[in-house]
Amino acid sequence: MELFSLGIRSIFIDNMIFAYFLGMCSFLAVSKKVSTALGLGAAVIFVLSVTTPVNWLLNEFVLKEGALTWASADLATIDLTFLRFIMFIAIIAAMVQLVEMVVEKFAPALYGQLGIFLPLIAVNCAILGGSLFMAQRDYTFAESAVYGFGSGTGFFLAIVALAAIREKLKYSHVPNGLKGLGITMLLTGLMGLAFMSFMGIDL
Amino acid sequence: MSAETLEKAIAKKPAEALFSKRRRKLVTDPLIDDNPITIQVLGICSALAVTTQMKPTLVMAISVIFVVAMSNFVISVMRNTIPSRVRIIVQLAVVATLVTLVSEVLKAFAYDMYKELSVFIGLIITNCIVMGRLEAFALGNKPYDSVLDGLGSALGYSWIILTVAFFRELWGSGSVFGLPIFEYVSSLFGPDFKLATNGLMVSPVGAFIILGLIIWVQRTKTGYVEH
Repeated sequence: MELFSLGIRSIFIDNMIFAYFLGMCSFLAVSKKVSTALGLGAAVIFVLSVTTPVNWLLNEFVLKEGALTWASADLATIDLTFLRFIMFIAIIAAMVQLVEMVVEKFAPALYGQLGIFLPLIAVNCAILGGSLFMAQRDYTFAESAVYGFGSGTGFFLAIVALAAIREKLKYSHVPNGLKGLGITMLLTGLMGLAFMSFMGIDL
Repeated sequence: MSAETLEKAIAKKPAEALFSKRRRKLVTDPLIDDNPITIQVLGICSALAVTTQMKPTLVMAISVIFVVAMSNFVISVMRNTIPSRVRIIVQLAVVATLVTLVSEVLKAFAYDMYKELSVFIGLIITNCIVMGRLEAFALGNKPYDSVLDGLGSALGYSWIILTVAFFRELWGSGSVFGLPIFEYVSSLFGPDFKLATNGLMVSPVGAFIILGLIIWVQRTKTGYVEH
């Protein structure tokens, strides 16, 4: 039950976009059409659900203070936390590469649809942010898996919703200076307001 | 003959001034006309979250300036030895090392700030401005020019997030850099007068709306229209 509420929290209340501004670059750049937004959203869900638990394992058994005790008792005092950034980003880049290869081999149609977005996910802040939040909040393995999936789903919802609104926006008159990025930021703000209404829910 | 004339030609060409017009342009262009945030739409990711207060924003801005300039320099020095197939990994490694350096320095000398910025220092790694400048400039230019280019982009980024933070802190908490402006102004008008703060400005929504308005003003001034 706690896992379920964590999942709901990470989708709606602690939404990656509306609460933490993570993944804004691709959120703004790839939200012009619903179909591409769906593809990127699905890829982000997938990569986040894989990298967060993998990074949890890495953090728990290699990086944390005293994490190396399983290898030898002499290593119990070693603290490799300062290597966190570089190791996490390496794992993410490697996992994205792996996912790309697997998808290309077993689901060529999906691979064609995702195209350039798959490799670009490696530098999406939401992915690294998910791992860093996981490490900071001391989640368990199951929690980190749920958190990864939940925050990916939150990103998916946000980007698909924004893409749908922007498709409609084509038919409206927007002042010149506000076209494109400006109106999108204001829209995101209003969507954030809507998502704020979830904050009162206590799970 | 050719070798000799070539040598002469090289010798004749005067060294470029330290702050020649072209180099000054490298720094000043990204400030207004080619601003990374408002025009190029880069680096919005991690920075907005820290803009509720001026102080952490300033620290963030300084960190980004350091990381962008230094990573541009390092990659530019190594540009001829990096095979293009693995360049993304090399860039990520350099940037991650620099960011680790920043975070360790903050941890040692400004622990409160380190706690407050938490994961957002780490997220400079995935700040699109860093990777964007490396890909677009440092890989093909000399070190000194690359540092100037990095400085320009990072300064363009800094003034935007500082402006956002100024309005968010002023309207959200009624202060600037922690100085209680609203309290002071209210006291001038007697005991019953009180300027109200707007809680929305402290929430993420405030950042989106303020940035949207800044973009509007800035693009109207430069005449840039997105299609």
